[in-house]
Amino acid sequence: MTEIQYRVAKNVKDAVAHMVAAKGKGYVLAGGTDLLVQMKSGMREPGTIVDVKKIPEMVSIVEKNGSFIIGAAAPAAAIGEHKKLKKAWPGVVEAINLIGSTQVQGRASAGGNLCNASPAAASVPALVAAGATVTIQGPKGKRQLPVEQFCSGPGKTTLKNGEILVSIALPKRPKNASDAYLRLIPRTEMDIAVVGCGVSLTMKGDTVADARVSLGAVAPTVLVVDKAAKALIGSKLDDAALEAAAKACSDACKPIDDKRGTIRYRTKIAGVLLKRAAMIARDRINGIEHHGHR
Amino acid sequence: MAKIHVSTTINGSATEYLCDANQTLLEVLRDNLGLTGSKEGCGSGDCGACSVTIDGRLVCSCLVLAPEAEGVKIETIEGMAHGDTLHPLQKKFVEMAALQCGICTPGFLIASKALLAHNPNPTETQVRYWLAGNLCRCTGYDKIVTAVMDVAAEMRASK
Repeated sequence: MTEIQYRVAKNVKDAVAHMVAAKGKGYVLAGGTDLLVQMKSGMREPGTIVDVKKIPEMVSIVEKNGSFIIGAAAPAAAIGEHKKLKKAWPGVVEAINLIGSTQVQGRASAGGNLCNASPAAASVPALVAAGATVTIQGPKGKRQLPVEQFCSGPGKTTLKNGEILVSIALPKRPKNASDAYLRLIPRTEMDIAVVGCGVSLTMKGDTVADARVSLGAVAPTVLVVDKAAKALIGSKLDDAALEAAAKACSDACKPIDDKRGTIRYRTKIAGVLLKRAAMIARDRINGIEHHGHR
Repeated sequence: MAKIHVSTTINGSATEYLCDANQTLLEVLRDNLGLTGSKEGCGSGDCGACSVTIDGRLVCSCLVLAPEAEGVKIETIEGMAHGDTLHPLQKKFVEMAALQCGICTPGFLIASKALLAHNPNPTETQVRYWLAGNLCRCTGYDKIVTAVMDVAAEMRASK
């Protein structure tokens, strides 16, 4: 057996060099809340573990001209403590803060949640609805991608050999905009989404000027539901518009039957969550607060 | 196997150890350093019995690699009492029988201490959500939650 190497990367280039040298056996260590569990169960056998938490740009949260750049390894707890980020993107922050327990929040990152590529990942639909983009660094340089193009299937990403996820960028918010994320779980905490739904709205008066809708856990990857967004845009979020958007969500579902939920249940719930999330996003624009439990 | 040398601070004392790349912090605390107060329940971050703080953040030590502790400050259950003087949370857990078999207790104490540092005036709901990552199969949780709420009130009153 060759022994496992542990490397602390000093900067992004250094991290990429370690990943290239590991020849496909390299694993990035951010919070480790997925990686260590997967190593224990034998699901992943790293040759080299590349710890990226000493790279400032990978653990920081930076505001730049109204947009936010979240380091891929920034712990969820730190994201929840960032007041300006939470004000601009309450749905994204709430979704990230739903990942696991307080202990897990101390380590787990939005970047890790994305790289683990679970179709049920809590934070991903909120990031997709937000129109987030990811920055990836590889041996051939940097590239950027809309977040919905990052995962290619359950447990699979579009990262190429030697590439690492560096950061996630949330765009500048126009006025009268907000977002919301809801997930359905059978318990009240510490569970995996049966369905997740992210909605981002921009209002002009009482009319929806712009919208993005995303669903998780109802297809092999997180979905962007343009038809649902179209049903909301131009409406006053009246019952007919909400019903049409909910139907578009249900129509977009291609879920599996498993122990958490049946195809029928997931398909129905996707529409229900869309309606509720849209109302929360609108409430937030109108200054009515909605809090999670943290 | 070449060992990794780690310099860290545990409960205020400078500590050094040698570890393997894939050893967890929990293994090193218990097996190398004899700090057996942190317990291994699940080994997968679900039960919270191995809770410690790293630079003030509550984490599961079973989900931290031992080499990651280089240069950080770790607090474990062994650092909670001062000599024979128990921490108010420890005293209250004893008084109110907020434990039975005791395996989960170090994790609950560390997590509760982190909660009160973060939020000195938690609601019952906030206590329950904060402690949702700590599992107890004996008490039914009520006595633990009541004990934490009582200590929070006492600590606020004494300030």
